[in-house]
Amino acid sequence: MSDRMQISNLSENNFEQCTKCSICTTVCPVAAVTTDYPGPKQAGPDGERYRLKDPAYYDKALKLCLNCKRCEVACPSGVHIADIIQKARMDAGEGKRASLRDTMLANTDLLGTVANIVAPVANVTLGLKPTKWAMHNMMAIDKRRTFPAYSRTKFETWFKRHAADQQNAYPNHVSYFHGCYVNYNFPKLGQDLVKLMNAAGYGVHLLNKERCCGVALIANGLYKQAKRQARVNATNIRQAVNGKHYTVLTTSSSCTFNLRDEYPAILDEDTSDVRDSIMLATRFIYKLVDEEKIKLIFKQDYKRRIAYHTACHMQRMGWQLYSIELLRMIPGLDLVELEQNCCGISGTYGFKKENYERSQAIGATLFKDIEDARVEAVSTDCETCKWQIEMSTGLPVENPVSILADALDVEATRKANGV
Amino acid sequence: MVTNEVYKKEYDVIIVGGGATGAGTARDCALRGLNVLLVERNDYSTGATGRNHGLMHSGARYAVTDGESASECISENMILRRIARHCVEETDGLFITLPEDDLDYQRTFVEACQRAGIRADVIDPDEARRIEPAVNPALIGAVRVPDAAIDPFRLTVANLLDARMHGAETLNYHEVEGVIVNQNRVEGLKLLNKLNGEHVEVRGRVIVNAAGIWGQRIAQMAGVNISMFPARGALLIFGHRVNNMVINRCRKPANADILVPDDTVCVIGTTSDRIPIETVDDMRVTREEVDVLLKEGVKIAPSLATTRIIRAYAGVRPLVASDNDPSGRSISRGIVCLDHAQRDGLEGFITITGGKMMTYRLMGEIATNAVCAKLGNTAPCVTASRPLPGSEEDGPRESDATKRYSFGERAAIGRHGSLAARIEKDNDIDNALVCECEGVTVGEIKYAVHQLHVHNLVNLRRRTRVGMGTCQGKLCSCRAASLMGEFRHDVKGAQEDLAAFLDERWKGMRPVAWGDTLREAQLTAAIYEGLCGLDMAVNIEGKEDVQ
Repeated sequence: MSDRMQISNLSENNFEQCTKCSICTTVCPVAAVTTDYPGPKQAGPDGERYRLKDPAYYDKALKLCLNCKRCEVACPSGVHIADIIQKARMDAGEGKRASLRDTMLANTDLLGTVANIVAPVANVTLGLKPTKWAMHNMMAIDKRRTFPAYSRTKFETWFKRHAADQQNAYPNHVSYFHGCYVNYNFPKLGQDLVKLMNAAGYGVHLLNKERCCGVALIANGLYKQAKRQARVNATNIRQAVNGKHYTVLTTSSSCTFNLRDEYPAILDEDTSDVRDSIMLATRFIYKLVDEEKIKLIFKQDYKRRIAYHTACHMQRMGWQLYSIELLRMIPGLDLVELEQNCCGISGTYGFKKENYERSQAIGATLFKDIEDARVEAVSTDCETCKWQIEMSTGLPVENPVSILADALDVEATRKANGV
Repeated sequence: MVTNEVYKKEYDVIIVGGGATGAGTARDCALRGLNVLLVERNDYSTGATGRNHGLMHSGARYAVTDGESASECISENMILRRIARHCVEETDGLFITLPEDDLDYQRTFVEACQRAGIRADVIDPDEARRIEPAVNPALIGAVRVPDAAIDPFRLTVANLLDARMHGAETLNYHEVEGVIVNQNRVEGLKLLNKLNGEHVEVRGRVIVNAAGIWGQRIAQMAGVNISMFPARGALLIFGHRVNNMVINRCRKPANADILVPDDTVCVIGTTSDRIPIETVDDMRVTREEVDVLLKEGVKIAPSLATTRIIRAYAGVRPLVASDNDPSGRSISRGIVCLDHAQRDGLEGFITITGGKMMTYRLMGEIATNAVCAKLGNTAPCVTASRPLPGSEEDGPRESDATKRYSFGERAAIGRHGSLAARIEKDNDIDNALVCECEGVTVGEIKYAVHQLHVHNLVNLRRRTRVGMGTCQGKLCSCRAASLMGEFRHDVKGAQEDLAAFLDERWKGMRPVAWGDTLREAQLTAAIYEGLCGLDMAVNIEGKEDVQ
């Protein structure tokens, strides 16, 4: 045999490497709660063979996939199962006729811009029974779902007014991709990051331009728009990384995963040249501490019992250890590490009326674990997990960065880092 | 189960051989009102019928060398599109010229096609790359012809079903042990029922020898001599489709010059080697054959170099020797029908041989004409216009892939056509997938076991595609074995059957056992032998297929 033949078997997303061991199906949160979804193996590599024969073999059940990527984490053969499913959805034209609901849910930044302006009204209105009734019946957004509150001031506005000017004074610098949630709903998380990084001697800078990362657009099939936004983000990240040699930090695991891995896999936007310079803040900070480049000093009187939940995309990146180990550095923090189970929300998925029951069924195990852990709060790196856990358990959920910032003895830390 | 009634009946015609030709002859005879029995020593379609490319020739391949076969092919090709719709995928085919080939041959080829009545459109290489992205991009010429893909297992079963609907009896696992000759007349057959070891005799007014390459032995038993010319061909199955059109090399027929998309896979073939008649039951594929197929295959579609191969297999062309060409290719694929009364003075014995799987219907027609002439039957042949069961005009089509059908239902319609309506699907159990690679449901297994003469898992595979996917039976075989054990109230038998099935799957994987296919096989062995303690080295009399 010619020595260049059959050395390895290559196929798009490695679908041929599947040995049908079915481990992926055993970890699929959707397959665990419904028989309507055939599971990742069948929906992915198995179905792909039939779709290659005739695209009409596309199965509508693929819309039930959360894109949580737990199948890919479990796969011993390196098959990009969830990517196969996403691609199939894309090829089948899901999203070409996206409903008003899907378009609205997917456009987190557009919705945020409008909602910011009328934040007090929007927050009240979104919580009103008639609004919920109308959304439930006219737009199929489930009425039992709690909408995240909108902030009156955008993070970007706050940053320009109160922080931007001081950043150049620090000896080191990073970029910050804040994402829609920080910008429109919860600027405090961004402020916490600035506080933390500044104390460690790092100035924080925004990208010249930032668009929504597009994770919700992909989930709702708005691929064209997602591709446009990916192009803008990739260009601006490149300016920061290649131009200024900044690392681009994030505080949302889903945004991070999207920027690093979904851009090339789903949106054909090759970000391999800057991929290693995009990372969650906790990973960046952990490494600095570990390499003794910075010191974090925490308040002596900080006492809390908190449970850490690993978001699905966090697990896919394998980065939960950074957040967990950082939190463990806080002397007064009693940290409970939860079993890795999906919370069921998966971004906009759980907001949809047809998914609500399934979404809550998927999360049930996690909610029970949280209840049993007897904690005062939960920590996770994903904002949509936060909404789901807050709504379903009644406990407050905080990003590890916020907990670190709260527990930080700012003056002592600044001093220790020579700021 | 076979009752003694079946053996005792007096038949007008007994057909030996359950391949496409035998099945087609049985159908034709039954439709003309004859009393028919068909006997097959193994399962249906285990000979050359089930061991070819699954290519529905347009005839273009034979146009230059054998105009008569080419004309037969295109005529049957058009007929099969109508009568066997659910067995055919109308893919069309390309004949490509590569830089190493002579482009002048293209003109010779196109002219020969036109003479044979085969549409052959010369298209631009750019157009060829556009309509079939898998094609070698270096091509310098392309001709589009009406080639298609056909499933020979389905085709054979559909013919048998129609024969049975018209009163025919069909017996698989009944091997001919002797031909009963009284003076100069053949009167019946001595059979061994391989399922229970019983020896029986059946009587018929005419015996049709449609046993393919094994027809030489049957003729010997009747005391007449036919010289068969066994030409062996090996093929490789790839794990998924790389092409959606048949791709041929536009040159004189040679090794590995056709790539056919068959259902969920694609198949490259064939080699061609003359073999002694004594070795026709040895279907092992050699390393040299695999190497030739790969080396030539990548010239047609370069991606084959990195596409996983799931299986290798070989078949034997049942040609009748007519000259000394060692390749077997310049011999006419022409149909040979021998009336041994005229030829050898032996009454009541007809041999139908030569031809090709895709001219099976015409072979059936010719053989039935000869039978009818002997019996004084004047009914006309209707097989060219009457759709096979499953292919009725108003039946559902696989391409009607709408929300109305689930994945499994759609795959079943692809396999059984309108007969898929007989598959139970009213509850979750019936709709549960047994074979996930190929979309076979519990309901489909029930249908096959109860209505399509299934005695073991290998039979089940031929009727449904269970175990034909990437995992080669790893997940589906134990589920299917469990269902079979339940239907037949025989757990031990099901266990042995499972071992035999996995062993049969491994035989086809072995010549290509490297990379992911080897990993696959190792995982299968780890599960069944290691974890479950299944002894895979068993060989069960009567359940084992030829090979």
